[in-house]
Parts: sequence; structure tokens; C-alpha cells
Amino acid sequence: MAYFTNIKNSFKLKNYINYIGVTLFLVITASMLYTGNLNRSTANLITQIAYSIILAVSLNLVVGFLGELSLGHAGFMCVGAYIGCFVALKLHSVISSPLAVLIITMLIGGLVAAVFGFIIGLPALRLKGDYLAIVTLAFGEIVRTIFKNLDTFGGALGLSTKKYGTSLFIPALIVVIIMLILVQNLIRSKHGRAITAIRDNEIAARAMGINVAFYKLFVFVISAFFAGIAGVIYGHYATPVLYSFFSYNYSIEILVMVVLGGMGSINGSILAAVLITFINFQLTTKLSGDLAALKFLIYAIVLITIVIFNNAPALQPFKERFSLKGLIAKISGKIKSIFVKTKDIDKERAKIKDDAAEWKRIPTKIDMDALLSVDVKHEKTENQPDEKEDK
Amino acid sequence: MSTFIDGLSLGSIYALIALGYTMVYGIAKMLNFAHGDIIMVGAYAILTTLNLCGNPIVAIVASVVVCTLLGVVTEKLAYRPLRGASPLAVLITAIGVSYFLQSIAQLIYGAKNRPVTIATFSAVAIGNAKINIATIISLIAGAIIMAALTVFIKKTRTGRAMLAVSEDRGAALLMGINVNRIITITFAIGSALAAFASVFYLMQIPSTNPTLGSMPGIKAFTAAVIGGIGSVSGAMIGGVLLGVIEKIALSVPALAPYTTALEFALLIIILLVKPTGLMGKQRREKV
Amino acid sequence: MSEYILETKNLGISFGGLKAVQDLNLKIEKKQLYGLIGPNGAGKTTVFNLLTGVYTPTTGEFILDGENLTGKSQEVINHRGIARTFQNIRLFNNMSVIRNVLVGLHNQSEFHVNPFTSMLRLPKHYECEVNMRSRAKELLRIFGLEEERNNLACNLPYGKQRKLEIARALATNPKLLLLDEPAAGMNPNETAELMETIRFVRDKFDMTILLIEHDMKLVGGICEELTVLNFGTVLAQGKTDVVLNDPKVITAYVGEDE
Repeated sequence: MAYFTNIKNSFKLKNYINYIGVTLFLVITASMLYTGNLNRSTANLITQIAYSIILAVSLNLVVGFLGELSLGHAGFMCVGAYIGCFVALKLHSVISSPLAVLIITMLIGGLVAAVFGFIIGLPALRLKGDYLAIVTLAFGEIVRTIFKNLDTFGGALGLSTKKYGTSLFIPALIVVIIMLILVQNLIRSKHGRAITAIRDNEIAARAMGINVAFYKLFVFVISAFFAGIAGVIYGHYATPVLYSFFSYNYSIEILVMVVLGGMGSINGSILAAVLITFINFQLTTKLSGDLAALKFLIYAIVLITIVIFNNAPALQPFKERFSLKGLIAKISGKIKSIFVKTKDIDKERAKIKDDAAEWKRIPTKIDMDALLSVDVKHEKTENQPDEKEDK
Repeated sequence: MSTFIDGLSLGSIYALIALGYTMVYGIAKMLNFAHGDIIMVGAYAILTTLNLCGNPIVAIVASVVVCTLLGVVTEKLAYRPLRGASPLAVLITAIGVSYFLQSIAQLIYGAKNRPVTIATFSAVAIGNAKINIATIISLIAGAIIMAALTVFIKKTRTGRAMLAVSEDRGAALLMGINVNRIITITFAIGSALAAFASVFYLMQIPSTNPTLGSMPGIKAFTAAVIGGIGSVSGAMIGGVLLGVIEKIALSVPALAPYTTALEFALLIIILLVKPTGLMGKQRREKV
Repeated sequence: MSEYILETKNLGISFGGLKAVQDLNLKIEKKQLYGLIGPNGAGKTTVFNLLTGVYTPTTGEFILDGENLTGKSQEVINHRGIARTFQNIRLFNNMSVIRNVLVGLHNQSEFHVNPFTSMLRLPKHYECEVNMRSRAKELLRIFGLEEERNNLACNLPYGKQRKLEIARALATNPKLLLLDEPAAGMNPNETAELMETIRFVRDKFDMTILLIEHDMKLVGGICEELTVLNFGTVLAQGKTDVVLNDPKVITAYVGEDE
């Protein structure tokens, strides 16, 4: 019984809002499909949205939570798509149930991609930052080149399998829900804390006894697994599966979703994936030829402005004042203040001010690492006289 | 033999691009993803000036001016606000700049290949192999630029300040070096090198398109890593080595389709086995 | 079982040709407050890095409570019972105070849960999570940080950040606590409070503490025994008052008389 009390105690509606949202969306669209109110192109759009969400959320695990840049996410998707299609081609003649084929191919595609995730996770143990990013980019290109040249996988012509009808989006959205549950459960556990601790301060995380190697590999494997599943969904949706789709550009597109939604925000990734897929879907039909570059221009501007706005040290105070989160906090604070006695608040404020004053007084507080790594010698020569006096 | 010479000429281009990468990475400690695209902009600058006046010398000068300005402007607008932010943020911004330049170029000039002829070069025969004069020019020019760069870094005040910034930015700041100015100069020099790279690129492959710079850019980064990031001579050696490897792989039918994969595999192996490259030096993280 | 909680035997490391630390023999008894002092660059922090597994010693070995931990990885050493703080505070700045402590609890055997158990929210996950939280709250209460538990660690005042770092290290349930210049950047009042905290930790948790410090008031005030390092070698070792009055030590710190 303790189990259920625990579940009840840890239940927060806020944490479940995205499953509920996706489930509602699934119910509505599915019922529209069965009543004949959903046209083919909308169903296609929803399938695209579904695999985009899986891709964005799984990339966010690496970029947002582990804090490493991966530029080869499309590579994992590529593995999933090719393997999934390949297995499906063999299975369709053996197993009659298309659903069973779908589930089996998803698992196989995801697992093979996870193996690749493990392989690419190994360099992540030795490299970080720019070097790791370039390694993941190289990985994505290598995978693509290999699939392009293997005749087993259709070579330059790609791989075609039996297409699933418009209803493919239903299992795809169910996969999205399952993935959201698993990923969020992971993030909101001691393992999620360990992963974010590695991002925040790897040296301290190691000193706290966190097995950094294990968690880095684990995140890469899980992320690749889901990207592989997204690839399988894509493989069943788009025929033929062609190597050119999984280019570095597509990896960047997924990255744009993650950055736009906010690194480390699952809900943000979901919304951004929906938005970008929708815009893409609309633009590809309307923008042809060289105007298609407009799409990338928008991506570029989104990437640059969001990253600068979120990270520029000079913009931090500005950001706190104008961010949505700050606004909500302000409003909720005001509402609370109506109910709480003002005296307490004044006390609280005075205390915060004291703390802030103390905070300012200590110069080493500003980027401790940078200052200390530079100032070590100076700081200690200052200490020397003290010691003299002591003796 | 002719494969080797082809490799040398390709390698000389990689080497020039790698020089730019290595300088920016060594001093600003950031992977300037947009470096390859500055070459592309340089190529379009040449195309435009050639169409306007037809004089190749003017075109080359224009390319150098445009690229240098572009380098300085991107540094000021996109990278400087992020000084002190996480490397992840800087890298994503650099990717954004790369995309920005590519898409602007496509909107203005279109995605198609546009022919650009700076000058026509004949080939001279050495033994039984033919070698294009353009190759010889780019190899010699590459060597001259490298030597000039080495002298500049070792002998001039600004060059020594650059070394100081690359060694320890904080300490350099305390010594009264204007770090921002040094980084801007680094970007200016790196971008000017990119302009020269675009000239030599067009001398050998006389056409341009918006993604001209991205692949050579990434490959040149590979070259810089092979040579050891931050090392001027390492970038030259790495560039030439990579060019030769690429051409040899392309000449073997069984390997040809996998050439890019091979080069990237080489990058991964070098990074894993000897992350400091052939000429780089060891660095230890302070705890 | 040896009577010492930590024993190092000829512990040493060299980087290239430089012998950063050599022939270090420490013997620290249970519940002792032991100081490691020395001029800049003497190799004090390197000793901490050796004892926590950041560096692997090139010579010698160290034994914690009868178990030889030489060459073990950081997480194994931490699990066996050595925890540390850092000279330049290294908190998880973007996490709340309580999460910092929860991360410290991560590696304790009683809280080991398979990641898949957490992903599937099996009963063990909840059980462990509830226990971890109550343990973390208790630790924060002991250090007077309970009120701030939901604040970001980086918003704490400096003195409290130091305290939190100690609390986080204690969360790993160590047998030996290493404090790297805990009083750096503190004013006399804060230092006095810190001395109280250190004594309190020793008594409350029966902790053995090895600390590096430059503040001679703090060292003289709380350390029972000292080892003085100079250029990676031991200059003097013994009871605090004896060591601090040793002419060799004074020379190393103040310089030769002219």
C-alpha cells in the first residue's frame, strides 16, 4: 500500500501535463480519422510531428541534460530507419499482423541504434565540448556514407518497404507517450540528478562518487535508442528511405528544435518540435527552389538570437526581468502577497537584501573558477603577511 | 605520382583553411564553424567583382577585404556577447552563423553552381606527370603565408600578445593585454586566410555554390586536429596529409565511395588516441 | 584493522620530471583533526587529488581503515569513504540546495537503484527517493540550511556555500573528510564560525578530518596534528604547537633571515 501512497504523494499535475496533452491529441485525431474527418496530408503531418518530438526529446537528453553537443542525431535515426525497413521487408512475408511487424521493427531498430549510441558514447568519455561535437558530426556522416554504399540496403536508390496507411500516426503517438513517461521518469529520479550534476560540474560530480562514465554512456544509449525508433517510424512512413535525408542539416534541424524549446525542457522540446514540423510542412509546399533557403535563414536567426539571449553574461539581468518565468513568478508572488501578512514579507525581503549585500562583498563569487585559476598566486601572497604576524 | 600531386594541391587548400581554424581555436578557444562559409563568401566576392570589373587582382583584394570585415563583424555581433558563456552556447551560435551565411548566399545567388574563372593556368610536365601551375602557386603561397604567420606571431608585439592570450586569457588580461582586441585581430587574420583559401580553391575548382565552404571547412578542421590544434606548422602538415590521403583513397576504386567516411574515421581515431594531434602539446585539467 | 583511519606509505606522484609529492607518510587516527599546511605549490591539493583518485600515485600506497585504495577510481574511493570539498567551491550551481545534497547521497549503497527501476517507477524507486529526501533534509537541518533548501545553490551567501559543500560531502557518508582551504575568502567572523562547524562535524558525525589551510589561526586553533609540506616533501610532522614553532617551518614560510 505504501507504494500507492508514494505515488499519490509524488503526484503533481504539472509533471503530467504533457502526457495528458499528447493523449488528448491522440484521442481527438484518432476519432477524427475513424469518422472520416482527417485527410491524408494532416495524418502525414501528425506522423512527422510524432517522430520529430521523439527526436527532439531524445536529443535534449544529450544536449540539455548531459550538456554535450551532438551533431549526429540524424545518424542514429538513419540506423533505425534502414535497419527497421530492412527487417520489415523480411518480416512482412512471415508475420501477417502489420502491428506486430511495426513493434518488432521498432524494437530492433531502436536496439541497433542504441548499440551505435554506445559506440559514439565511448569517445564522449574522453572528449568533450567542441571535439565531441565534431566527432558526433563525423559519426553521422560515416553512417550515412556506409548505408549509401551498401547494396543490401538499396545503395543510392534507398530502401522501400510496404507503407503503412494514414493510421500510422496512432502507434507513433503512443510511442511518443511511452517515451515521454520513460524519459521524464528518468529525469525526475536520482539518475536524472546525477546526469544534471555531471553537466553542472563534472569534477564535483566525480568527487561525489557519481560514475560519470556510466551515465554518459547511458544517456547516449537511451538517446540513440529513441532516435532509432523515430527512424523506424520514419522508415515506415516515407518510402524510399534515402541516405540523403539524414544529413548533417537534419541533425541541425533537430538541434534547432531543442534550442528553441529550451535546453533541458521536455515540454519546450515538444512544443518546438510541433511548431517547426508544422512550419516545415507548410513551407515545403509553398517555398520552392532558392526560396527554400529562407527556412534555413530563419533557423539560423532563431539559433543565434536564442542562444545569445539565454547565455550572454551581459544580458542575464535583462533576461531575468523579462523572461516568461520571471513574469509568472512575479504575478504569483503578488497573488500570494495578498494572502500573506505584509510584515513577514518585509522581513523576508530584508533578509534577502542582507544576503545579497554579503554576496556582493565577496569578490571571488563572480565566476570563481576563472578568477581563482588566474589569481591563485596573488591571493596567496596576500595571505603570507597574516602568517608572519602570527608568529 | 599524379595522384600525389593532386593530393598536394588539395592539401594546400585544406592547409590554408586549417591555419584559420587553428588560429581562432588556439586563441579564442572556440570552434568557428562558420570558417568554411567565410571561404564561400570570399568566392562570391570574387565572382561579383569579376563580373563588375573583370580584373582578377581587384577581385582578390575585394575578397580579402570582404572576408576580413565579415570575420570581424561576426566576431563582434555573434561571438563577443558570449565571451565567458558555456562552450556549448558558442558552438551553437557558430553553427547558426554558418547557416546564416549559407542561406543568405543562396537567397542572393541561388543554389546553382556558378562558374568563376580567375585566370587560366597551363600545366607543366615533370617527368611523366603533369602538374598544374595553379597547384605550384598555391603550394608556394601557402608556404609563404605560413612563414609570414610564424614570423608575425613570434616577432611582433601583437603576435606575442596572441600567444599570451592563447596560453592563459586571464593572465594576459592582468598583464594589460586587450584580450578583446587580440581576438578581433585573430578573427581578422583567420578570415583573411579564408579569403586566400577561396582564391586558391577557385584556381583549382573554378565554380562556386552556397555550400562550397562547409565540407572543406569540416575537413580542414580535421586537418587542424591531425596536425594538433593551435600549431601553425601542424595545420600545414595536417592539411597536406589529409589532401594526399583523400586523393589516394579516391584513386582506389574499392575505397573511393568511402573516402569521406575514411577521413572522418581518421579524425575520430586521432582524437581518441592522441587528442593533441601530431604537433600539439599536452594540457591537464586543473582540479 | 589498523588503529589509523588513514595511512599513506611513501605516497608520491611525478608529472613528467617534476616530483609534485614524494615520500608522504601520513598516519591519521580516528576522530582526529589533522592539518596539512605548506607554502604555495607545496603539493597540498595534489595530495587531496591523490587521496580521492583524481590522480593515480606513481609511488607508494594509501590505506583507508585497513583497505588499500591505491589506484582505485574516484567513485570507488568515494564509496569506500573519502569525501572532499574544493579550494574554489564547486557546488552544482544550477541546482537547488537540497538537490546538491541528494547528489551527495547518490553513491550510498542503501540508495542504489537501477535506472530502469526508476524509469518504470517500480516500488523500490519511491522507497529510495523518500528515504533520500528525509536524509537530505536532516543534513540540511543540522547545518542550518533547511530554510534555503529550495533556493539555487549559487544564490547562497559565501559562508553558506562552504557549509553546503561540507554537507554535500558528508552526504556520501565518508570515514574521512578532506577540506581544501575551507576558510579561503572568509572574514574573521566567518572563520570563527567555520571552526565551530568543523568541530561540530567531528563530534556529531565521529568524523576524521584532514584539512588544508593557510589561515594559521584556524590551523592552530583546531588541528591536533600537522604535516608541513614544502616542494612536495615533508618538512615537519607532529603535534600542532611543536610543528608551528619549528624553525624549519618558520623559515619555509617567512624565508631565510638575512
